[in-house]
Amino acid sequence: MGVITPTKSNPAAEAALSRALNDELADKGFVVAQLDKLVSWARTSSLWGLTFGLACCGVEMIHCWMSRYDLDRFGVAPMPSPRSADVMIVAGTLCNKMAPALRKIYDQMAEPRYVISMGSCANGGGYYHYSYSVVRGCDRIVPVDVYVPGCPPTAEALLYGVLQLQKKIRRTGTLVR
Amino acid sequence: MDDLGAHIAQKSGATTGWSVRLGELMLDTTPDKLIALLTFLKNDPRCLFAQLVDVCGVDWPEREKRFDVVYNLLSLRNNQRVRVKVEIDEATPVPSAAAVYSSATWFEREAYDLYGVWFADHPDLRRILTDYGFEGHPLRKDFPLTGFVEMRWDDVQKRVIYEPVKLTQEFRRFDFLSPWEGGIERILPGDEKATETN
Repeated sequence: MGVITPTKSNPAAEAALSRALNDELADKGFVVAQLDKLVSWARTSSLWGLTFGLACCGVEMIHCWMSRYDLDRFGVAPMPSPRSADVMIVAGTLCNKMAPALRKIYDQMAEPRYVISMGSCANGGGYYHYSYSVVRGCDRIVPVDVYVPGCPPTAEALLYGVLQLQKKIRRTGTLVR
Repeated sequence: MDDLGAHIAQKSGATTGWSVRLGELMLDTTPDKLIALLTFLKNDPRCLFAQLVDVCGVDWPEREKRFDVVYNLLSLRNNQRVRVKVEIDEATPVPSAAAVYSSATWFEREAYDLYGVWFADHPDLRRILTDYGFEGHPLRKDFPLTGFVEMRWDDVQKRVIYEPVKLTQEFRRFDFLSPWEGGIERILPGDEKATETN
């Protein structure tokens, strides 16, 4: 993990230089921005979601993409292929038989990758916590970034979870090689 | 329906008894006569039960022969349904109905998976619902609700592994508050049908 931290210098002089450079370039049709901010902006506004709908939460996940809430507005597009997805939305009960498949799909995703655990069952087994065939939370199988509570969570709640994830990416703001 | 029951009992000679309860015809038989009975039910012109809708198991742990294997048949031609029951213990196999009804294969796999009833001459008797390498038969009454193992990802072995169950909180029974088993005799809507003899 390589993290680029800007070297400390005179902020006032840097800002003046940046402004002068910006003014000069703006006339020619360019915009100057900080690279890490640019990268985190690109990441947050193009989160392709791997739709891992396992149960009834999957329906609510679909609602979130439909016209009322429209996740596409935030650049979150449904993406059935793990190779080009950025965030996996685990929506529903994760069974023991499904767990190896879930992990395989997660491993196939390219870095940086994020996981949203949606609904009680994915968060901690939920209604099926004491069942012999259900994984007690998908965080036993894959690392989870955002937990969305609810049974099932409303589309609004998932939208809020996605916004929280965007916030998290923006705040972390690291360039991982 | 009584006529049909008497007809089947007389003509097939493969039943040990029959009854009509709640407007449904039920036939009892033994494992060795089961295939003969099913073949009769499928081919007899007054029956023509061409569809096998379901094969399921029932566990009665207090009984000598602890399992019931139940076959639900449907005749589209005669708009008629019938239920065939076989009693069996853990050790003896039931002859597979796959030769008569091809849809029986998966149903029997399910019954084998969840109850451990063995079906003789089944073309491919594997587990169907539970995880690969699962041990035990979950719908038996002596199988604990939480099972014996739980799953997690092992970062060292890079695969999912099974471990003995560790619960942070025991399963709680809300008996005295539950509207379903509240300790007082109460009749829920629909339950009164259970005592009707029809």
